[in-house]
Amino acid sequence: MSNDWYSDFVNSGFGKSIAGSVGLPPVPQLRRYEPGQPLLSGPALLGTATADGRVAKVVRSLLTDLGVEVHDDPNAAVGGGSSTSKVAAGIVDATGLASPADLAEVQAFLTPVMRRIGPSGRILVIGDVPAEAGSPAVRAARRALEGLVRSAGKEARYGATVNLVHVADGAENDLESTLRFFLSSRSAFVHGQRLDVGTVPGFSGSSQGVDWDKPLAGRTAVVTGAARGIGATVASTLRRDGATVICVDVPSAGDALAHTANDIGGTALQLDITADHAPATLLEHAQRHGGLDIVVHNAGITRDKLLANQDRDRWNSVIDVNLNAQLAINDALLGSEVFHRGGRIVTVSSMAGIAGNRGQTSYGASKAGVIGMVDATAPLLAEKDATINAVAPGFIETAMTKAMPVGTREAGRRLSSMTQGGLPVDVAETIAWFAQGASYAVNGQVLRVDGQNFLGA
Amino acid sequence: MPSAPSRPTLPRRAAIVGANRIPFARSNGAYARASNQDMLTSALDGLVARFGLAGERLGEVVSGAVLKHSRDFNLTRESVLGSRLSAATPTYDVQQACGTSLQTTVLVANKIALGQIESGVAAGVDTTSDAPIEVNDELRRVLLAANRAKSTAGVLRALAGLRPGQIVPEIPANREPRTGMAMGEHAAQTAAAWGISRTAQDEITVASHQNLAAAYERGFFDDLMTPYLGLTRDNNLRADSTLEGLAKLKPVFKPAGYPDTEATMTAANSTPLTDGAATVLLASDEWAAERNLPVLAHVVDAETAAVDYVHGDEGLLMAPTYAVPRMLERNGLTLQDFDFYEFHEAFASTILATFAAWEDPIFCKERLGLDEPLGSFDRAKLNVAGSSLATGHPFAATGARIVPTLAKLLHEKSTQGGSGTVRGLISICAAGGQGVVAILEA
Repeated sequence: MSNDWYSDFVNSGFGKSIAGSVGLPPVPQLRRYEPGQPLLSGPALLGTATADGRVAKVVRSLLTDLGVEVHDDPNAAVGGGSSTSKVAAGIVDATGLASPADLAEVQAFLTPVMRRIGPSGRILVIGDVPAEAGSPAVRAARRALEGLVRSAGKEARYGATVNLVHVADGAENDLESTLRFFLSSRSAFVHGQRLDVGTVPGFSGSSQGVDWDKPLAGRTAVVTGAARGIGATVASTLRRDGATVICVDVPSAGDALAHTANDIGGTALQLDITADHAPATLLEHAQRHGGLDIVVHNAGITRDKLLANQDRDRWNSVIDVNLNAQLAINDALLGSEVFHRGGRIVTVSSMAGIAGNRGQTSYGASKAGVIGMVDATAPLLAEKDATINAVAPGFIETAMTKAMPVGTREAGRRLSSMTQGGLPVDVAETIAWFAQGASYAVNGQVLRVDGQNFLGA
Repeated sequence: MPSAPSRPTLPRRAAIVGANRIPFARSNGAYARASNQDMLTSALDGLVARFGLAGERLGEVVSGAVLKHSRDFNLTRESVLGSRLSAATPTYDVQQACGTSLQTTVLVANKIALGQIESGVAAGVDTTSDAPIEVNDELRRVLLAANRAKSTAGVLRALAGLRPGQIVPEIPANREPRTGMAMGEHAAQTAAAWGISRTAQDEITVASHQNLAAAYERGFFDDLMTPYLGLTRDNNLRADSTLEGLAKLKPVFKPAGYPDTEATMTAANSTPLTDGAATVLLASDEWAAERNLPVLAHVVDAETAAVDYVHGDEGLLMAPTYAVPRMLERNGLTLQDFDFYEFHEAFASTILATFAAWEDPIFCKERLGLDEPLGSFDRAKLNVAGSSLATGHPFAATGARIVPTLAKLLHEKSTQGGSGTVRGLISICAAGGQGVVAILEA
């Protein structure tokens, strides 16, 4: 039993019949990643909107290599079944749109897909980057895809996700880790979102020879705030994917931190990340492992107060932990050989940093600040073949949300397209994907992991 | 990891790599329900986490406790089996009263020095809250006789020896078996004999608390300690301790045989009963280097002494006074040749009596056989990160608290510019008239 009683109820035999007859919203059970799981659990439909499409070839080659049954016709009979049989994915190459008129081709492909997509299916639209467009008509067409995807997200059911990937001109061969993430169940709670690939110039890297079951093998990672909650799950997920993990938390959380570290064969570093010596201590500890490849800025605090009742100490404590500490550590990473070329920084923003939240002016400010930090740091890291990205969690089931008042908690869960809260592992999977060496073309991105929460969407 | 095919040049100095302890808790407080095994296992797991040793086989783990249940005969082994270390890590138990975990440090260091092991953990643990209580000795004899009897009639005959008074259990007491005197009473005699003043004792006490508080404030213990059962700092620490405040306390130990001497020893300038566990990771330099682990300091030498406090005319806790000059001579050092002095503060008066004895030409001549007194040293270098009066003193854990404290102080000093060797002296007195001392260098 989870602590989501409503979900437990509508998914029980009795509850399902009641919910069906009185029209209660269903709560789909999401397929989540397990090592060894196939990328897709069934056949895929692959459409092309224009003759100038750049990415269908890449997608087809990936899917065929993995033994996925691929059909071009959205009405094709699949898996030995009929033209209405369920499919695991519908992918449309919407690059090369010449004007909004071409959007009709995207619609023509997606309409049957929406009817046929199976539970926890994946609908992925791949388009060009609007800012790279040369004319108003082209840019309008490219930008339109976002509205299409976000609206389709609100219509999708049974845990299916709909997402949009923008591919920069020339980056069509740098998509593999992104395709694998959005098509697999690692992205279970990423829904109605947009991600840009290859938009920060100067990236370099390769997906050649990657062990996709252990994409972080041989890499050393730091996770701050790793004692419990999302941080502990991030640490174990990075370990599952092959990384050696240095688990960091404040000294007073040291006992839980030791458990996290010992569970995954990592090391525990008791450190207040706001201390002046913190960046140096972190780098020094990392030298035990021969340097650092991945830094996950997960540590964060809330000191909620209405702005009318705010005071300076409370305000500063949030800005210090959630923002200043990250900036100081990033500065040290940028200036040190200990942080390897091709390194990855992943930071945690929040829905509150995008949409704002009552009582969270300090937290919202810090988490919006994180986004600014990502924007400005991405080009600096690109010079080291490194990247920085942020995950912005929505309502995630943790000890913290368990302690919320029932009304707030229920609103947090139900006011999303997936009518449920996410799990810490959903955030962790996204972070682990950003952390992959193969995600070299994904830089400066902020990706919400929120089941398409209605706040600030 | 494969080790070098040829044996290293032996003997070699064992390295102190790091440590972990749990905060120390006053008796019957935060750890009232924790056993020695619970505390030692937790302290080991914190060490494992700090150095990424989960599943590793170490050369050995050597630990011990002073107050020990009979079922804990294999205390260290049971703790290791419950920890995240490899179950293939051998162990043994040692008990040398308050000197236990300095002695376990010496034992592990010696095996490393001889190349018999590459790594090891020296530890100690004690609880005065979860202390063993034995059945009354007469009751025990009756029960053993009944157990030996071969017939029902024999059993009944033996059990007929049961008496109501035998229900009173034997509770361990902090008392010397051969004198029947509490350790504090012994210390009070020594203090009186050396004329140690109340003010001098209280000054040592305030310094201990203030130094420990300052060490916490600068994060000194962040990589030496892991919280346990909700405790994040030693809960005996009184950061606001003042001479004026301590002066108000009533003395608790009277010096028997010194009718004209005022009692000076209070609950503040004596260590309280305490629960806790401490561990130290030792290794060869090669083992540490293979793992890119730091070396804080090296174990240079150690000496254990014992005095006849029963029939001889020496104080119960004065053995270190004898051990230190023997060790100094062997190493060609003087008392002044150290950057830090870590003296276990069993009682403030104990270390003051030791210092007074070393400054006394007659004592040094007659008892220590020295032509010149050892003299005094710069007290600003004494227990600079606090000691037992502030941390508390879980008997067998104190050595494994002091060793890493000194090792880290030495490491800090040696890496803060300053060239050349930095050196520290450790001294721990123990029940039974014994004392263990050691030299560390970085």
